[in-house]
Amino acid sequence: MTSSFALASATFIYALAAVFYIGSFAFKKQILAKIGFIILVVGCLDNTAGIILRWIESYQMGYGRAPFSNMYESLVFFSWTMAVLYIFVELKYKERLIGVFVSPLIFLAIAYASFDPNMNTKILPLLPALKSNWLIAHVVTCFLGYAGFAVSFGFSIMYFIKPKDNSATSVFAKLPSLELIDELIYQMIVFGFLFLTIGIITGSVWANSAWGKYWSWDPKETWSLITWFVYAIFLHLRMMRGWQGNKLAWVSIIGFMAVLFTYFGVNNLLSGLHSYG
Amino acid sequence: MNKNKTIPDLIWQFFCSVKLTIYTLVLLAVTSIFGTVILQQGESHQYLNTYGEGWYNVIRIFNLDDMYHAWWFLALIVILCVNIVVCSIERLSTTWKIIFPKKIQFNADRFRKLKNRQSFTMQTDFLTLAQDCEKLMTKRIGKVIRQQTENAVVMYAEKGRWTRLGVYIVHSSILLLLMGALIGSLYGFKGFLNLDEGQTADAAFIQKQRSTVNLGFSIRCDDFDVKFYDTGTPAEYRSTLTIIEDGKESFTTDIRVNHPLRYKGINIFQSSYGQSRSSQPDTATFSILNKNNNESKDYVLKIGQEIQLPDDMGIFRLDAFEFHYDFMGRDLEQAFVGTLTHKNGKIEKIGLPLRFPSFDRMRKGDTVFTVKEMDQKYYTGLQITKDPGVWYVYAGFILMILGCWITFFMSHQSYLIEITQTRDTESDISISGTTNRGSHGMNLNIHSIANKIKGK
Repeated sequence: MTSSFALASATFIYALAAVFYIGSFAFKKQILAKIGFIILVVGCLDNTAGIILRWIESYQMGYGRAPFSNMYESLVFFSWTMAVLYIFVELKYKERLIGVFVSPLIFLAIAYASFDPNMNTKILPLLPALKSNWLIAHVVTCFLGYAGFAVSFGFSIMYFIKPKDNSATSVFAKLPSLELIDELIYQMIVFGFLFLTIGIITGSVWANSAWGKYWSWDPKETWSLITWFVYAIFLHLRMMRGWQGNKLAWVSIIGFMAVLFTYFGVNNLLSGLHSYG
Repeated sequence: MNKNKTIPDLIWQFFCSVKLTIYTLVLLAVTSIFGTVILQQGESHQYLNTYGEGWYNVIRIFNLDDMYHAWWFLALIVILCVNIVVCSIERLSTTWKIIFPKKIQFNADRFRKLKNRQSFTMQTDFLTLAQDCEKLMTKRIGKVIRQQTENAVVMYAEKGRWTRLGVYIVHSSILLLLMGALIGSLYGFKGFLNLDEGQTADAAFIQKQRSTVNLGFSIRCDDFDVKFYDTGTPAEYRSTLTIIEDGKESFTTDIRVNHPLRYKGINIFQSSYGQSRSSQPDTATFSILNKNNNESKDYVLKIGQEIQLPDDMGIFRLDAFEFHYDFMGRDLEQAFVGTLTHKNGKIEKIGLPLRFPSFDRMRKGDTVFTVKEMDQKYYTGLQITKDPGVWYVYAGFILMILGCWITFFMSHQSYLIEITQTRDTESDISISGTTNRGSHGMNLNIHSIANKIKGK
C-alpha cells in the first residue's frame, strides 16, 4: 500500500461515515450512527496509515521529514486531528448524533486535499527554514487547536438547529439537550484554546531560533493572535458575563471564521513566512 | 449612583470591569487586521502608488504603515494590562479568603440541596460503611473532615482549592511576556551584517536607526556554502564563523538556518547570502575553443598567469578581474579581462563579462574564450540580535500554558457523603459534590463514587 492510496481511500471512507451519520439523523435510526462511528474509526486508522506511510516514503526518497510541510499534508493531518478528537468526544459523552455536523467537516478537509487540482501532492524536500525539531511540535499543537475549534463549530451549528421547544417532534428534536450542546461547545473551545496557545508559543520559540525574533507581526502570526483574541473573548463572555446559548454560539462561529482565514485566507490572499502551508 | 465617589474611585471602577476587557480585546482583534492587509514599514512611494495621496494621509495620521508600534495600538495594550492588574487585585482581595482559609468549613445544608445528590440504601452497618467511605474519600479526594452523631455521620473532603489561582497565573503570564517585550525593545537590538568570505567585522548595522552597534567581539566568515537537493531547491545554508576577541581567535563554529550561534548575549543567525561584490576571484577555469578544428580545451588560470595556446594560436595572459567592465561606454559589470598576443605580434584585448557567457563569440576571432567555472566568493548575510527580554517572554509562555491547564482542566471540588443508620445493618447514604467549574464532570465523578460504594 502506498500513502496516496491510503489517503485517497480514507477520503471515501470518511464520506461514507458522514453519509451514515446524516442518514441516522434524517431517518431517526440510532443504528446508522453506530455504523457511521465504526466507519469513521476505520477511516481514521486508514488516515493514520497514510500519514505514517508518507513519512516512511519521504525517508525512502532520501528527504526524511515529517509529513507536515505543505497544504496537502496539513489538510490530511487536519482531518486526522478532527477525527481523533471527535472519536474521543463521542466515546466520552456517549452521544451519537453529534457526529452529524462534524463528520462532514472531517470529510471536507481531506476531500479538499485529494480533489483540488491545484494541490501539490508530491513529497518535496524541506526548505532550510523548516528543518527544525519545532516543526512537529508546532504543527501538531496548532492543528489540535484547529480541530477543537472545528468540532466546536460543528456543535454550534447543532445549537442553532435544535428546537428550543422541548415538545417539538422534528428530526432536530432528537439532538442532545441544549445544555449538553452548550457544554460540548465550551469543552471543545477550551481544548482548542489551550492548543492554539501552545501552537502560537512553539511557533514563536521556533521563530526565535530560526530568525532571532519571537514575534514579527507576520500575517499568519497576527491572524493566529486575532483568532486567539476571539476565543479569549468567548471565554470571558461565558465565564465572567454569563453569556450562553445562541449569542455565544455566534461568537464560536466568528472564531471559526478567524481560524479558516488564518489557515487558508492568509496563504491565498496575504504574503508572509507561511507561504508553504 | 453614588455621588460621593471620588475621581480615583471612578477610574478604579472603569478599569475593573470585564466589559472593558471585552471591548479592548475586540478592538485589538479588529484593528490587528489592518496591519495584515496594509504593507508594514514600507517606503512612502509604495503607499502612494497603491492608495493615492488622500488615503496615504489617513495611513500616516494613524501610523497604519507601522501600526503595531503606533501609539494607539500600544495604548490598547496598556489599557489591557491596567485592566488585568486592577481586575486581579479587586478579585483576589475578595477570593483570597476562599483560596487560603484559616480553617476549612462546609455547610452540609448546601450539599443537601444539590441537584447531583445521589441517595441509596446499603445493607451494611453504618460505622463500617462510614469507615469504607472515609478510606475511599481520602484516597480519591483528600483529607476527610468527619462529623459524627449517634446514628449519623457527615464526611466532607475537597481537593484543588489552589487551582482557583490558575486564572491569575494566566493573567500574570501576559504581563510577564509583555514586560519581556518591553525590555527587549528598550535594551535589545536587531541588526544585520554582511560578511565576505575571509572578511572580519565587529559591528552590526541597524536598519531602523541607520546606525551601527558594537558587538564587543569580532566575527570572521571563513567559509559560506549552499547545498542543493537534486530538485534544485536549497537544502542548507552554512557559514563557518570564527569569533575573535582581543585579537585572538576564540573559537570557530558553523551556523545554519535554525542553528544560530549564541555568544555573550548576542545571537547570530544565518539569514541570507549572495555573490561577493568587493572581494574578487583570483582563479577561474576557462574553456578555449579553436574554431579551425572545433576542439576546445579547459585551462585553470590565475590572475597574472600567461599560457601558450596550442596550434600556434598565440599567448594568452589573464590580466585582471574587473567589477565594472567597460565595453564601448557600457558597464557590463563583473568580467575577466585578458590579452591575446598573436603569433604575428598583433595584440588583442579580450573581455569576458560573467553575465554574457558567449560574449567572446562577437570578437569573431579564431578562438572563443568562455568562463567555465570560477572560484566565486560569496558573502553571508547574518542577522545579529540581542534581546535580554526573551527569558521573561519564555517564562511567560511556560506560565501561560500551566495557567491555562490549571484553569481549564482542574477545579476546586468539594464532596459530601452523609450516612444515616436506618436499622442495625442498613444505612441510607447520599453523595453530592460541588465544583467551581465543569458540572458535567462533577456528575460523572459522583456517579463513579456511588458505583464504587455500591460495588463493595
